[in-house]
Amino acid sequence: MNEHTEIDPITLAVLAGRMEQIADEMDATLFRSAFNPIIAEAHDASHGLYHAVTGDTLVQGKSGLPIFVGVMSFAVKAVIEKAAASGQAEDGDIWIFNDAHVGGTHLNDMRLVRPYFRDGELFCYLASVGHWHDLGGGVPGNYNPAATDVFQEAFVLPPVRLARKGEVNQDIIDILMRNTRLPQSAMGDLNGQLGALDLGVRRMDELLDEYGVDTVSAGLEALGHRAETLMRAELAALPDGRWEALDYLDNDGIKDEALPIAVALEIRGDRMVLDFAGTAPRCAGPVNIALPTAVATAYVAIKHIFPALPANAGVMRPIEVKIPEGSLLAAEFPAPVGGYTETILRMIDVIFSAAAQAAPDRVVANAYGTINALSIAGRRSNGQPWVMFSFYGGGHGGSLESDGLNHGNAPISTATIPPMEILEAAYPVMFRQWALRPDSAGAGQHRGGLGAVYEIEVLEENGAEAFLFGERGRFAPQGVAGGGAAAMNVFSYDQDGALAYPPMTSKMRGIPLKAGEAVRLETPGGGGYGPAADRDPAAVARDVALGFLSTAEAVRLYGTAWQEQQA
Amino acid sequence: MSGKKMIGVDVGGTFTDVFVLDEAAGTASVAKVPTTRPDQSGGFLDGIGRHVSDLSDVAVVVHGTTAGTNALLERKGAKIGIITTQGLRDVLEMRRRDRPWTWGLRGDFEPVVPRDLRLEVPERTLADGTIRVPVDLQAVRDAAQQLLDQGCLAVAVLFAHSYANPENEALAVAALREIWPTPHVSASHEILPEIREFERFSTTALNAYLQPEVSGYLDRLESALKGGGFEGEFMIVQSNGGVMDVGTACQLPVRTALSGPAAGVIAAAYIADTAGFPDVITGDMGGTSFDVSLISGGQSILSPQTSIDFGMVVRTPMIEITTIGAGGGSIAWVDKGGLLNIGPESAGSNPGPVAYGLGNTRPTVTDANVVLGRIDPDNPIGGKLTRLDVEAASKAIDIHVGVPLNLTTLEAAEAILRVANSRMAGAIRLVSIERGFDPKRFAFMPFGGGGALHTGAMLADVGIGRAIVPRYPGVTSAMGCVIADMRQDFVQTINSLAGTLDTTSLCRFMQSHVDQGLAMLTASRTTFESRDISFELDMAYLGQTHTVSVPLTVQVNDTTVVAPTLAQIAAAFDAAYMAAYGRLLDKGVRRVMNLRSAVTGKRPKFDLSTLAPVGGRTGDALKGHRDVHFGTQWFSTAIYDRLALPVGAEIHGPAILEQPDTTVLIEPGLMGRVDSYGNTIIMREDA
Repeated sequence: MNEHTEIDPITLAVLAGRMEQIADEMDATLFRSAFNPIIAEAHDASHGLYHAVTGDTLVQGKSGLPIFVGVMSFAVKAVIEKAAASGQAEDGDIWIFNDAHVGGTHLNDMRLVRPYFRDGELFCYLASVGHWHDLGGGVPGNYNPAATDVFQEAFVLPPVRLARKGEVNQDIIDILMRNTRLPQSAMGDLNGQLGALDLGVRRMDELLDEYGVDTVSAGLEALGHRAETLMRAELAALPDGRWEALDYLDNDGIKDEALPIAVALEIRGDRMVLDFAGTAPRCAGPVNIALPTAVATAYVAIKHIFPALPANAGVMRPIEVKIPEGSLLAAEFPAPVGGYTETILRMIDVIFSAAAQAAPDRVVANAYGTINALSIAGRRSNGQPWVMFSFYGGGHGGSLESDGLNHGNAPISTATIPPMEILEAAYPVMFRQWALRPDSAGAGQHRGGLGAVYEIEVLEENGAEAFLFGERGRFAPQGVAGGGAAAMNVFSYDQDGALAYPPMTSKMRGIPLKAGEAVRLETPGGGGYGPAADRDPAAVARDVALGFLSTAEAVRLYGTAWQEQQA
Repeated sequence: MSGKKMIGVDVGGTFTDVFVLDEAAGTASVAKVPTTRPDQSGGFLDGIGRHVSDLSDVAVVVHGTTAGTNALLERKGAKIGIITTQGLRDVLEMRRRDRPWTWGLRGDFEPVVPRDLRLEVPERTLADGTIRVPVDLQAVRDAAQQLLDQGCLAVAVLFAHSYANPENEALAVAALREIWPTPHVSASHEILPEIREFERFSTTALNAYLQPEVSGYLDRLESALKGGGFEGEFMIVQSNGGVMDVGTACQLPVRTALSGPAAGVIAAAYIADTAGFPDVITGDMGGTSFDVSLISGGQSILSPQTSIDFGMVVRTPMIEITTIGAGGGSIAWVDKGGLLNIGPESAGSNPGPVAYGLGNTRPTVTDANVVLGRIDPDNPIGGKLTRLDVEAASKAIDIHVGVPLNLTTLEAAEAILRVANSRMAGAIRLVSIERGFDPKRFAFMPFGGGGALHTGAMLADVGIGRAIVPRYPGVTSAMGCVIADMRQDFVQTINSLAGTLDTTSLCRFMQSHVDQGLAMLTASRTTFESRDISFELDMAYLGQTHTVSVPLTVQVNDTTVVAPTLAQIAAAFDAAYMAAYGRLLDKGVRRVMNLRSAVTGKRPKFDLSTLAPVGGRTGDALKGHRDVHFGTQWFSTAIYDRLALPVGAEIHGPAILEQPDTTVLIEPGLMGRVDSYGNTIIMREDA
């Protein structure tokens, strides 16, 4: 790209909006046309524009999933490398892959990367990522808690050309469609992603017709500088120093051993280093993550702390992310990575805990910290199989401004939970409880949000089996600025008239349930903000009156001053 | 009918607009008066009084109201309680596990009913309608007493799966209505018999929350009207763009949540369609926001639900309106990275732009328009101020935009408009794309106070060919009140495979919707040109959770619905699915989720040419010239009295057309033509 054209500030402001909108329109195109509800409704997808040489994020859509902001550039970098090794990128090429070890996240995320040419020269890359419903592997939907390598998780496709010079290679599509349990859904999603890339190409053509290559190039360059300048200004306003935080994953689902996730956050002037030395080595089970995922997660945490920053690689230029080799944050092929959500949530927690020591007003306390992938499955009396699969919510952390949000979604996602009535209409279950969980919030001047209680009874006379992949069963979400920890995740199930608990607390496969028996999931709340002693006694009395807090817990956490406020 | 006049009244945040149509005399008149707070009825009656002295001469008063919206946004509804299924008291507070903003993880949420007023009773219905636990009516009565003791004015009954079998909920409601001292008892199966508990509970609870407030307000208005001799029909605009009688509005106040803006879109659709533009995108520019709505083939688009605020979901059909924070009061600022931004912070209408001189010192979009000469500083809109402070506006633009970006005052003002225009254009493009339309085939219709200043930019930035500025852009919503049809929407969850659907039972629901809808039309004393009945099914393939709307052509003999066949339903689904996704699934199993019915009484439309100017000469409308800045230079710009321009007048840019509530800008290279209805059509000179 041409870097020598000066750009006036007005054109720059207009271009910034126009390019962000190209990515937004690509998002909208896929959401509208995707077949599977994970993309269409939960918006588990993302689009953007990436640098022609480095693959760095230039612009990314606003409606896609947070974790994709940052991880997408790794997908583009992987394609750039592969293209360089196998003849250069050509106009009309489209690359496709799901290999998480080179592109980050997990194997359900299918990435399409298309080089964009202008006047015969490579100008930038357009990319589309979307969560496909199923790609083979050991478990439908690919969330296999017992996987010890990626092959047990899903079919793995490395970066290959889906189209060459505009000619689609039907062989690739045939291979993909033979490796999914849901080919119709997969085909629908693939068409939607191709449509989004087509739209992106048309919009880039229009933009370049209007402004010319030099001006747009200069604009992209300037936007990167601007993002970097913004980030540096934010960092410079924080005190210099080094702050550490340590937290743990319960276990990897294979071996019952706590796995430390550690970070040291260092600020010097307008630079920051995040060093994850001290984190556990690669493990046997699926809580490993690939290096691109780890770097992208740092980006997510930073963007939560500085929400006004643009989605542009310039933001990360003043930040160095050090991931120790051999750690579970840089697991190499073919380590299983299906449970990556749990690990990156813990990374975000430790970054928050460390950053809160530097800038308590900028950081919220830990959220509930686990995705709680729970499936209940069985066969109906007519032999038809059924699988109810969902993620469950918990509390957000308290902040300088307010208590944490009750029953929120995970920081890496924006997905909503399906309605209870839709689940009960689709599967032979009944929710005895779908409620907030009292005494689950971390104490503080601003307490955390409350977690939830979901109690699910099996109605099917053949019984069912339950599978859980969760975390935070042994280590609670932490408060910041002196705030307290929240309640931990508790999973229990009916077994011969008594309550039973999984030996690994938060992960278990094949729990047998008879008709009339239930599982009970109590999710963590969020950590508290500020010392509990600073909480307004009237707010404590109100929490007791509303039943958010038991009298005994209120006295234990906040003393007795609140009792004078009771009506 | 007791009189001849029709009156539309739209109460907005700042102004109350009144449109009076006397069709017999062939005249229309408009009034704009300040909205009174907290009781809006003062401004309402004052506005009508400007043109009508004798209310007995009025046939219909139609009201677009923000009373419900404001009560929701400001949390000023009544103290209410809910009675719900055991285990589900927190559904309202848990929402659908969302969060207020994607980034930052800040913010919390308090539902309109606190937890201690959410009481559970033993009862449970399953998804297939089976009653697993019969309702404990003594527990219901005890709960009601507890809520009354706490001072609750209204109560909502929210039971699981009551859409599938209302028996438990109906028994509880009957028991409640015997002991509850007010008529404010809302039942979820009556308000919204549709699957999805949070959406149904939220809509029902918000209805209860609004009932005491809104019905009190409407009662006061009706009494005042009657006290003034009014004997005609009093009707309220719903969020779906249709009107309902005042009695229905008191029972279903939640349906007024977006009443005001909906009326504006209805008017825009009618005006544009009549003028020959069935496909139009409207842009309503107010003080804090720019509201965009898309009309295709003369029809506005309905969305099934909206969030009034975070977690406050109302699921009733609403005219789809997309809002971005770029209004006349939106503040221009330069961030730490050196980029010029517009909004989302706004000076609103008070203190408003710097030029208003009411205390704001940061420049707004309106200030840029003032500095560039596009707004006449000596004749501010609305008549509250005598003169706009151009010098103060220039200084603010200099300090906050010019200096940081090293631009002159004029360059900085142009920059503010370019960025604001670009954001508005972006909203228009995105609204079309999300609906699968190419924005270039639409016309643009600005309304509201500021929209017509930005028309040229919309043509240039979006590639739209024509803009149509209605005769009275500042009172479009009030005019929409007079135009809107009477309409009732119904929904019923069916939840059955299409192949084994019980069409007799489906037909029973259809008939019940038709009977209720027609009864409401009959009960009103309005005359209708025709009565329309339409049905849609929400359908999907088995395994999909998102549905497509499937319009169903159903024969209705007189008022009796003829049951559709399974083959008709399957064919209708295939056609709708094909249109949405371009292909069908070979072995997909079709499923019917919901039935949606609409009963519409088409009200006679008034002849828009009533509004057209009679006679006049272009030259006589010329008021003078003013220097206005476009691009990089000042142009001596002709200023016209817009309402005095005759039909067929052609005005070449640069020109400004002024009228009491709006300024229409015709930029260099554009021309405007007055059509036979008094609209101004703006296009490129070379088009």
